[in-house]
Amino acid sequence: MRQGMDKRFGGYCDPLEIALEQIEGLLSRDYGISKEAIALLLMQDDSEINDLVKKREPEAFEKISGLIIKTKESYNQPLSYIINLRRQEEANRIVSRAVTLPEKQRPRFLEKLGLILMNPFFGGPILLFVLYFGLYEFVGKFGAGVLVNFLENVVFGKFINPFMIKLFDRILPWRVIHELFAGEYGIFTLGIRYAVAIIFPIVATFFIAFSIIEDTGYLPRLALLIDRLFKKIGLTGRAVIPMVLGFGCATMATMVTRTLPTKRERVIATLLLALAVPCSAQLGVIFALLEGHPKGLAVWILVLIAVFLFTGFLASRILPGERPTFYMEVPPLRLPQLSNILIKTYTRVKWYFLEIFPMFILASIMIWVGQITRLFDLLVWLLSYPVRLIGLPDKAAVPFLFGFFRRDYGAAGLYDMKKAGLLNGAQLVVATVTLTLFLPCIAQFLITIKERGIKTGIAISLFVFLFSFSIGFLVNWMLVSFGISI
Amino acid sequence: MKLNDRAEEILETLWVHTKEKKEGHVDLGVSRGEPAIDELLNSGYIRMVNERVTFTEKGSKEGEKIVRRHRLAERLFADILDVKKKDVHAVSCQFEHLLHEGIEDNICVLLGHPKFCPHGTPIPPGECCRKFEKKAGKIVSPLSALEKKDKGKIAYIHTKDPKKLQKLLAMGALPGMSITIIQKFPSYVFQIGHSQFAVDKEMAEDIYVRIER
Repeated sequence: MRQGMDKRFGGYCDPLEIALEQIEGLLSRDYGISKEAIALLLMQDDSEINDLVKKREPEAFEKISGLIIKTKESYNQPLSYIINLRRQEEANRIVSRAVTLPEKQRPRFLEKLGLILMNPFFGGPILLFVLYFGLYEFVGKFGAGVLVNFLENVVFGKFINPFMIKLFDRILPWRVIHELFAGEYGIFTLGIRYAVAIIFPIVATFFIAFSIIEDTGYLPRLALLIDRLFKKIGLTGRAVIPMVLGFGCATMATMVTRTLPTKRERVIATLLLALAVPCSAQLGVIFALLEGHPKGLAVWILVLIAVFLFTGFLASRILPGERPTFYMEVPPLRLPQLSNILIKTYTRVKWYFLEIFPMFILASIMIWVGQITRLFDLLVWLLSYPVRLIGLPDKAAVPFLFGFFRRDYGAAGLYDMKKAGLLNGAQLVVATVTLTLFLPCIAQFLITIKERGIKTGIAISLFVFLFSFSIGFLVNWMLVSFGISI
Repeated sequence: MKLNDRAEEILETLWVHTKEKKEGHVDLGVSRGEPAIDELLNSGYIRMVNERVTFTEKGSKEGEKIVRRHRLAERLFADILDVKKKDVHAVSCQFEHLLHEGIEDNICVLLGHPKFCPHGTPIPPGECCRKFEKKAGKIVSPLSALEKKDKGKIAYIHTKDPKKLQKLLAMGALPGMSITIIQKFPSYVFQIGHSQFAVDKEMAEDIYVRIER
């Protein structure tokens, strides 16, 4: 840095340079890095170094603070700005002497494509294209359709489940214990089957799609396109990353809201993830539920977008705090590398499984406990009132309750009801809308409390509970009173 | 009538103190009995009430003009003549007295009607600036007012928010850096060096660019 403060540019008449020298003289302890570096960090108000020096040599620190205050008076801008400015001067000097740049080439294909991706007119169609192929075709149809079918119906349905049921029939003939492992909601027959046959293919395909999108450099471009819209709901373009991740796993996305700079943004993002962003497991089952009801799918999408924007808009009006600012580096577009994608997907799926797998076992056990203690019957009975209010049969209270243990458990429960012919088109739409908005799964609930604190976490959950049924009620009322059949 | 240098200095200090910082009246203090004070009193620039100095209408206008000349001089030395920042103030203190009406506006035009001195305090606008405001195509203007494909060098950063300043520094948005506007809507996208950045309108308004055509 001393080179950066070249004597020719100010030398010893320079207040910054003089103060730097004096602070270095006052520091007597060894900090593992040069005293000059420590002095520079102190002048830039680095809180960590401030605390360290204050603790190690309080007397010197007092004198140093005085010196820094005096130095600050010599400049109109913060010292960090002045110091950066000089670093830049020095960097420019070195670069100008050492580097020659080739003549500017014509923009290559990727550069042109990068510009198109930032274009507000093409941005919308491109986003739809990415969502359609990445999310709907690849994750929804291939992951949640083809792969899930194979794993669930063939691998588990024909081999593992019958084997487990036979095995536990033989070694655990007591009915209650037998139910825990191999019953309708047993650890093997439900918990592990769900984790391996449904969640694994969906999450794996989602992470492959996400890694490809991430590695191309598309996300920052999407962020800058969407910033203006997100400002209206109290977020910035930066929030696009947790939001897109939410389509994979809203629990993980809630953890990623940590990267948002202000508390206000974090609360709004957490709320929206809990309410209006369906995770990939849910998406898969919902696409299956609404298959053959294109109008129903359209209503579901429109209602969710409306709820997302309306809730965000309202939250940004109610929650105190300053307006966020948006800034982001836009990296050049790159062709993703297969090895990178595979490694990323592998580590993410592994991490996800380690986090989530125990939750499935736990959910199975809780359902088992809930059933043998009859606690679930009570909760189902309580839930049947709001369920009836939104125009659904009483039996739909069961998927709603299970929906809390895994949002997709709930959707899968509805799927069984659909197959049994218990729901008509309008009821199907009301049920999917309400269930998507309904309380997040138990994992997301716990993470929300962990990340936002118990008060905010509970408040968000209560709001989501009441709001989801209100919207369900509203959608049902509109469909019925306008006589819309789906 | 041309005031002497000392009288101009007094008007300048008084203007910054009472009009810009709004710190109220000024006690006469050590300046009592100085001939410059008498000169200002006699020519009707200032008034004395209970040992306190206040401006007359005429004095206030003159004070603002002197401040303007001083800060324009600072920009001239810092931007054009490349005098180092620490020397700028001292040199400008002498130079401002040589800038007469008419010349000051010429320099203002030359500099592209700057809004802030190198230390970040605002330069009171003159008649030439008001005329210029109406015409399009400023030479130094905030990034938010530039057009797509405009090129230039960052002239200065102006923000009162240290957090925002920190973010701009992290992007390398520093005076002297070359900058190219890539896109204006829906966000501002620009290139500094080999990196591209996107910012919102609020941040784009804080980056002042000297346009090169």
